[in-house]
Amino acid sequence: MTDTAQSRFLRAALPVLALLLGVTVITALVALLGNDEMALTVTEALVRLIVVVGLSVFIGNSGVVSFGHIGFMCIAAYAAAWATCNPMWKQLMLTGLPVFLQQAQYPFWVAVAGGAVLAAVVALLFGAVILRLSGIAASIATFAFLAIVNNVYSNWDSVTAGVSSIIGIPTVVGPWTGLAFALGAIVLAFWFKNSRFGLMLRSTRDDPVAARASGVSIVRVRLAAFVLSAFIVGIGGALYVQFLGVATVDMFYLQLTFITLAMLIIGGMGSVTGAIVGVFAVTVFVEFFRFLEAGVPMGESVLALPEGSQEIALGIGMALILIFRPKGLTGSRELRLPGLGSSRRAMAPALPTTGATARS
Amino acid sequence: MINFAQTFIDALSLGSLYALAALGIGLLFGILRLINFAYGDLITLGAYALIIPSTEAVATLFIGGWPWFMVIIAVAVIVVAAALLSDLLVFRHIRRADPATLMIASFAVSFVIQNVILMFYGSRPKSVDLWSNLNYQIAVGGLRIPLLQIVTILATLVLMGGLTLLLKRTALGIQMRAAAEDFRMARYLGVRGNLVIGLAFAISGVLAAVASLLLLSQTGTLSQTMGVPLMLFAFIATVVGGMGSLIGAATGGFAVAFASVFLQAYLPDDLRPFRDSFVFGIVILMLLFRPAGLVPTKALVERV
Repeated sequence: MTDTAQSRFLRAALPVLALLLGVTVITALVALLGNDEMALTVTEALVRLIVVVGLSVFIGNSGVVSFGHIGFMCIAAYAAAWATCNPMWKQLMLTGLPVFLQQAQYPFWVAVAGGAVLAAVVALLFGAVILRLSGIAASIATFAFLAIVNNVYSNWDSVTAGVSSIIGIPTVVGPWTGLAFALGAIVLAFWFKNSRFGLMLRSTRDDPVAARASGVSIVRVRLAAFVLSAFIVGIGGALYVQFLGVATVDMFYLQLTFITLAMLIIGGMGSVTGAIVGVFAVTVFVEFFRFLEAGVPMGESVLALPEGSQEIALGIGMALILIFRPKGLTGSRELRLPGLGSSRRAMAPALPTTGATARS
Repeated sequence: MINFAQTFIDALSLGSLYALAALGIGLLFGILRLINFAYGDLITLGAYALIIPSTEAVATLFIGGWPWFMVIIAVAVIVVAAALLSDLLVFRHIRRADPATLMIASFAVSFVIQNVILMFYGSRPKSVDLWSNLNYQIAVGGLRIPLLQIVTILATLVLMGGLTLLLKRTALGIQMRAAAEDFRMARYLGVRGNLVIGLAFAISGVLAAVASLLLLSQTGTLSQTMGVPLMLFAFIATVVGGMGSLIGAATGGFAVAFASVFLQAYLPDDLRPFRDSFVFGIVILMLLFRPAGLVPTKALVERV
């Protein structure tokens, strides 16, 4: 293979196309052959895929773990809920909303775009403040952000209906909408990873001193990733409420933070492939245990696991991954297609901070 | 003035509870750089240990019906066992991982404990009558002080005193402090790492057990997530106070409690529901402007 620009592009693009195809085929199989319940499961998994890919844009490339991204999801979800829920209900319950939101009902596209942009703007403001912190300090600050979002949205009664739900949101998101956005998120994540900013950010992750010496502004490249990842996570949030039809603050707190981080870590924090594999593996795993909890007939009796075993299994599974495979199922590498030569360009080095790095 | 004094005592007793929990978290962070999210669930576990496991709505006292010192010992043994088990099964195997990974692992432990409790006790909150006579109020001047607040403050003083003695006067305590200063160096000098870490988990378990009893006698309600808010405030207390420093953790506990009680008392009505946001906002400001915390430690310059 001659090393022309075209063939380089092809080598980088083929694994991405293979991943897109894989996600599409799985979705299509389940949506076309499965029952309604399975269609719901796959839609939820696709929404989570968007969120986890969004997480990986920041966490994977910067090496800084964020516990706050579900806060961005919450912000976008509520924005989408404000835009799309029934105006009669809004005027009755959400008296503090501005008139343009209260009186009208906006289409799906506007809600998704508005929610994601709002999340990105908040990320820009918050990130500009906290991203100069290093490592664990930044992680703690993102955690404080999550707690603040939860507290504000739980108590701002006239705008968010407090801890009760916003209802009457049209449920327009199905497997195909979810798929379209998930594919978009994956493409965006790969584009960023191999863009100038992505490369600079990964250099700050692997060797901050050398990166700074080469003229990379750590805060600026981190901020770019933070905003983009909040935007993608925001899309996930806006889709999520238009999939469920309701929005509640507690949907977007510790539990979802744990599950999405678990997906990212189980798959492999350092790669987009890892995010995809993680969502797939955890979803299959959880569904399997949910099936066992519902009860399996064994001859005369029904064998059923008690309530909670699904979560316990997930927690144990995650601990096992952290202990035995700290770089995740994919080893934090991107998908490699056989017969394409060594395309190091698309191959990220494994994330050093997740593994057994020596204590300094 | 009366109002101020009342608020002050409220803050002092809340601060005692936060300081207790913060010490448990700070101790582990100092030695292991582990921010233990499962700490809140150890507190929950201590409270649930008082009743007979069943998924029924009505709680039947088990250990909770014993004499008070037996209750403390039994709950402490159970919580310490759980804390040591979490180390043995999970944390021991990822000693060299970075703090964020450790924090995520503790998330996993927390998730498992919460759901084990759910499995054995059901998901409905249960009311439990533990030492309700402690809610008796003593009138001093114009003040009305619940006995429980005094007990909370005293219990904290006793435990902090005991911990200080242990750390300053015993060989093991000195080894623990050395490990907190520089774990690798301490090991080179013959400190047995796993022993010291085990002891730290055990002490944090004792603190969690006492915190859970105090919390339960105050709220009277068991729920699977009852320990989580206390853990969150204790965690931010360690950040405010200075991570890795025990005096810092205790100071931070009182600082956070005073901030939240006084904000509650003096914020305008419109903003009062958002009190916790202000408290968490203070944490972010602390990280930005005084990252070493209120009581900085020499050894932790690059830690947070």
